[in-house]
Amino acid sequence: MSNSLLSLKDVHANIHQYNILHGVNLEVPKGEVTMLLGRNGAGKTTTLRTIMGLWQAHAGTIELAGMDVTRQPTAQIAKQGVGYVPEDMGIFSDLTVEENMRLAAVSAPLSQERMDRIFLAFPPLKTFWHSAAGNLSGGQKQMLSIARAMAEERQLYLIDEPTKGLAPAIINTMAAALSELKAKGATILMVEQNFEVAKYLGDHCAVMEDGKIIWTGPMNELAQDNELQERLMGLNMEAS
Amino acid sequence: MSTAPQHNPTLGQASLKDRFAPYIPIALVPLLMLVGMVAIQAPSSWMTLTVSGLAMGMMIFIMASGLTLVFGLMDVINFGHGAFVSVGAFIGISILLSLGALTGAPSLFLNILAILAAIVGAMIGAGALGWAFERVIVKPVYGAHLKQILVTMGGMIVVEQLILVLWGPDEIFINRPEALKGAFIFLGAAVEKYRLLAVVFGLGIFFAMRWVLRHTKIGLIVRAGVENGEMVKALGYPLRLVFISIFIAGSALAGLGGVMWGLYQEVITAHMGGNLMVLVFIVVIIGGLGSVEGCFIGALLVGLLQNYVGFLDPKLALVSNIGLMVLILMWRPQGMVPVVRAK
Ligand SMILES: Nc1ncnc2c1ncn2[C@@H]1O[C@H](COP(=O)(O)OP(=O)(O)O)[C@@H](O)[C@H]1O
Ligand SMILES: [Mg+2]
Repeated sequence: MSNSLLSLKDVHANIHQYNILHGVNLEVPKGEVTMLLGRNGAGKTTTLRTIMGLWQAHAGTIELAGMDVTRQPTAQIAKQGVGYVPEDMGIFSDLTVEENMRLAAVSAPLSQERMDRIFLAFPPLKTFWHSAAGNLSGGQKQMLSIARAMAEERQLYLIDEPTKGLAPAIINTMAAALSELKAKGATILMVEQNFEVAKYLGDHCAVMEDGKIIWTGPMNELAQDNELQERLMGLNMEAS
Repeated sequence: MSTAPQHNPTLGQASLKDRFAPYIPIALVPLLMLVGMVAIQAPSSWMTLTVSGLAMGMMIFIMASGLTLVFGLMDVINFGHGAFVSVGAFIGISILLSLGALTGAPSLFLNILAILAAIVGAMIGAGALGWAFERVIVKPVYGAHLKQILVTMGGMIVVEQLILVLWGPDEIFINRPEALKGAFIFLGAAVEKYRLLAVVFGLGIFFAMRWVLRHTKIGLIVRAGVENGEMVKALGYPLRLVFISIFIAGSALAGLGGVMWGLYQEVITAHMGGNLMVLVFIVVIIGGLGSVEGCFIGALLVGLLQNYVGFLDPKLALVSNIGLMVLILMWRPQGMVPVVRAK
């Protein structure tokens, strides 16, 4: 694909002595949302961490906007405009919400306009601006984690299970905020276990199994094909 | 950019116990003083010992503060930290001995000028040694604790031998600068001038450090890095560079502690740093690995206990501090001020 912002070619990665990714091929088109799906332990988180350089790819290449970033240190990759929301949210709990945001704004202090946009999407962050982030609820921590990724101009967002363990009302807030981000033209690679959210936000979809991508295609194609879902992910769709 | 929220937020009512919990460690310091007063009885001895204990605590804090951050940031256990104390002491004291005109004058200003020169030299020397130590000895063993312990201890032995080569095998005795000799009589108790200066100086360093950690960007990065270094990198900060800077700063502070300790004891030896490491490690552990505030409180407790027990029964001084460590770890296994760490 020529409009790919991020492309992984035959990426292999180890965690300690274990072989986790065995040749991941993935294209993330610019300006669209790509959903990374798959069973627990399929290697989705490992894929995002490898893109961030938190695990080393020992074979294959990772290209960001045409540049080889495979061996770049994590900080360097981040500086090229990659916002990362890790699965565990990576909140600095000893720091206040304000300090978390201040750290996230690496290249320039947060502008009022950007803060307004963030507060509009996540009102609790404004309320608890000067509270220790460790005292926030799970949903508020997730908001802060996404808000941190939004603190800078980004060309790519990597978001790992932003709705994990959240109450339905908060999942809606999260989905709305991400949808807003998408409407602004952001490129997003997102891991999501909640299929409703995946359907709602995703343009494209890649399904992982055992350290490989086993299926890619438009999100709505997967969404309409229950048999395919069953086969790829063993999803049993709850009534909703 | 710190716009205040428009209304008063609450985060749910914390229980009374939770709200007081953070202040318990600092309350232990006056509590220990009180216990000391009861045990020692003679108020003038108690006063002398308390000032002496606080002075000792401040100096141990200065030596230990870098070590706790180095551990917090990169999980590096540096058993060679004592080398920086010794090297700082030898460089600083050599400078001081060469400035006899300043130290011999009965002017507090000139004396302090000489001490400042010694401190600057010691910090530069110890900091430079720290930089080399990190590159040559620590960097190859990131992530491997057992190797870290072995090679850093080895590194310290090498540095101690180098001191013996450069300065000779004998201990060096020193006289304190004129204006810092002797004691004040305060409420009938003799309070050595130098100890008072050490307390003031230590407090200044602690509050300066706290200010940097709380109010500067580099301070935020360090605090965030202690909790979750990966996330600091993922935001775009070169964690390794931050770590090296902290390692160098911590070594420089250890060197500063060495000069102060030398002036306190009025003698320096190549092994002084290594000998002090037992107390320094106790302080770092009971404070909570990675916590500068815990380290400070721990150092004061250890300094006070060492002096009180040393007065009552000198043989028990070190044992009592090991006992203190055991008690505190039974109460709070992560140390008095536990630091949240993601890994
Ligand atoms: N730190 C780790 N150490 C060892 N194995 C790990 C580690 N992290 C993940 N794994 C293993 O890697 C595989 C992929 O994990 P992960 O990428 O987290 O899966 P997913 O995010 O798709 O649920 C799993 O088998 C998991 O057990
Ligand atoms: Mg995962």
